[in-house]
Amino acid sequence: MRISAGRLDFKELNKRVKAAPGNVEIEECYGQRFIGSGLSGKTVIINGTPGNALGAYLDGATIIVNGNAQDAVGDTMNDGRIIVDGSAGDALGYAMRGGRIFVRGSAGYRTGIHMKQYQEKKPVIVVGGRVGSFLGEYLAGGLIVVLGLAGESESQSAPVGNFTGTGMHGGLLFIRTEQALENLPAQVWAQDAKSTDLEIIVPYVNEFAEYFKMDAAEILQGRFQVLRPNAKNPYHQLYTAN
Amino acid sequence: MAVNYLYPEYEVARNYDRCIACRVCERQCANEVHEYLPDANKMTCDDSKCVNCHRCVSLCPTRALKIVRSGNTYKENANWSRKTIDELYKQAGTGGVLLSSMGNPEDYPVYFDKLLLNASQVTNPSIDPLREPMETTVFLGAKPQDIRRDNFGRLLTDIPPHLKLSMPVMFSAMSYGSISYNAHESLARASEALGIFYNTGEGGLHEDFYKYGKNTIVQVASGRFGVHKDYLNSGAAIEIKMGQGAKPGIGGHLPGHKIVGDVSRTRMIPEGSDAISPAPHHDIYSIEDLRQLVFSLKEASNYTKPVIVKIAAVHNVSAIASGIARSGADIVAIDGFRGGTGAAPTRIRDNVGIPVELALASVDKQLRDEGIRDNVSIVVGGGIRSSADVIKAVALGADCVYIGTAALMALGCHLCRSCHGGKCNWGIATQVPKLTKRLNPNIGFKRLVNLMTAWQHEIKEMMGGMGINSIESLKGNRLMLRGVGLNEKELEILGVKYAGE
Repeated sequence: MRISAGRLDFKELNKRVKAAPGNVEIEECYGQRFIGSGLSGKTVIINGTPGNALGAYLDGATIIVNGNAQDAVGDTMNDGRIIVDGSAGDALGYAMRGGRIFVRGSAGYRTGIHMKQYQEKKPVIVVGGRVGSFLGEYLAGGLIVVLGLAGESESQSAPVGNFTGTGMHGGLLFIRTEQALENLPAQVWAQDAKSTDLEIIVPYVNEFAEYFKMDAAEILQGRFQVLRPNAKNPYHQLYTAN
Repeated sequence: MAVNYLYPEYEVARNYDRCIACRVCERQCANEVHEYLPDANKMTCDDSKCVNCHRCVSLCPTRALKIVRSGNTYKENANWSRKTIDELYKQAGTGGVLLSSMGNPEDYPVYFDKLLLNASQVTNPSIDPLREPMETTVFLGAKPQDIRRDNFGRLLTDIPPHLKLSMPVMFSAMSYGSISYNAHESLARASEALGIFYNTGEGGLHEDFYKYGKNTIVQVASGRFGVHKDYLNSGAAIEIKMGQGAKPGIGGHLPGHKIVGDVSRTRMIPEGSDAISPAPHHDIYSIEDLRQLVFSLKEASNYTKPVIVKIAAVHNVSAIASGIARSGADIVAIDGFRGGTGAAPTRIRDNVGIPVELALASVDKQLRDEGIRDNVSIVVGGGIRSSADVIKAVALGADCVYIGTAALMALGCHLCRSCHGGKCNWGIATQVPKLTKRLNPNIGFKRLVNLMTAWQHEIKEMMGGMGINSIESLKGNRLMLRGVGLNEKELEILGVKYAGE
């Protein structure tokens, strides 16, 4: 079913998306928020720019954006896929518990903060370009891969901002860069990814490359650094019972 | 043992004429205070481990035990109290942040105790609740601003979703993890029996309790633990937790050793993993951002459930509540600084936040002044101890109250304020199986129903005395209140006259 979003109010648009019997293609999306909240069992293709909180609580549906997305994509997402053929805003995948998000371009501040995993649920975010500060803050589980593809040759800095992995206590961060990662917090332990580490990300880089028609092998040839929580400096404060 | 300078605050006073050395106290104390000396065939004890929870006192079959204040004293000093000195020694010994539980116990004013209710005499007859119908039902949610009709003149009744309660009291948010399965079952069953609501807290909802969904408020906090679509749709309302009265401005940290078994499954995080709720929601830095979370929850639940935003009572609470009332939220919940907690840094609990009575009066006035009072219902918690407090809160402008500590006391809590130790002898604030089984949900649920039924009778009696037969007519009716022992500024904020005026 095709829906022309145009100047439709977000409530009306989302009502139609939910009510549609099968897959949905939204044309002329001009920033309508909350598309695909809690959605399962269908594919939604969006041509244009969806507004904030795209795919919040997503529960199994696939969302494909042909354009840029805004803030809070995949907030508390439980399952499914979000593919953004463009860039995404801040707080991408906040507190995400399952499913996969692929962004061809860059993402903003606070990407993947407080992601967690549980049993078979293991959230994955792959960002093709750069991300802002606070990447993977409070990370408790899951996998975030930043590929730094968008113009690293022009840029002399790593494709992440400040405070990467602050408060990290689970999960893995992979960052593809030739640059040294500086100013990492004490809770994070960084090293060059070994081949066994890279095996973890190969299927997701392949999937990323397939969506955006890139060469996965070429991407994987770059230098990847892997960030893990440093068990010697756990994120806690010493308390005294009073 | 290293010298720690600390002398026990309490002593276990045992009457050996009565003690039969049956060892009940020894078996009941998870803190291992009591010990049996076989050679002497008598009991002894280590007072330093006692938290004064009264489990042994209550279960001693011969009433041989009582807990008394230790007579030991430091040199008297009006500036350095015993508490202050002991806390300093603890920190000098460990380097740790002091951790406490339950509500602020310090000697700050309790405004409920300085407000007195009115009653009818001669000119406006009082009502006898045993004879006349008295309405204590309340509806929580946004009230329509005007009456709307369709083209045929028919009334449009598609009003926003509401919660219907038999009386203006709900059980406040306490997570599964901070309290036990049996405590949650007691709260859930009592809510169903009473026609009120309990609140999951931020620990998710145990699968066994989905059946109480009609009487459940599900909470979404900054950690988003256990939050998924089924959870959001299982309850009658969704509460966004922005703050908590016991620890405004800071988050939560349930240590990994408490994330075991069902608690891990319900929170949807691995066993042994720390559960960190950051102080702010890192996607909410403004009222506009809050509006976004409110509406994403409404979208996910198809606009069928009211959304509550819970904040701690802090200095600018009325301005914050005004923002919330404009955010699309249906209910604002305000938690005062007396509100309980399973664990909070002592300095935060005892020094941050403001009394809920002042916060409530100020919020109610601000929303009325701005003409947006009907956008939201107001729920207050953090210091409600009795039906009189409920009535006074309603008269100060609340639609409903939350009770937490009072509900736990109905389940056996003796306010020892040691929840953070995880060894609650009453089976409430613990996950240790041999302790949790001490709380029988069949009895716990009945005691909660008893308490609320008694309060409801008292509420009707007080309403009847004032000549009011519907709790809605009491809402914000400050003429029914008079103050004693309050200064002019306090009276102004509360919006009440002095007794005799």
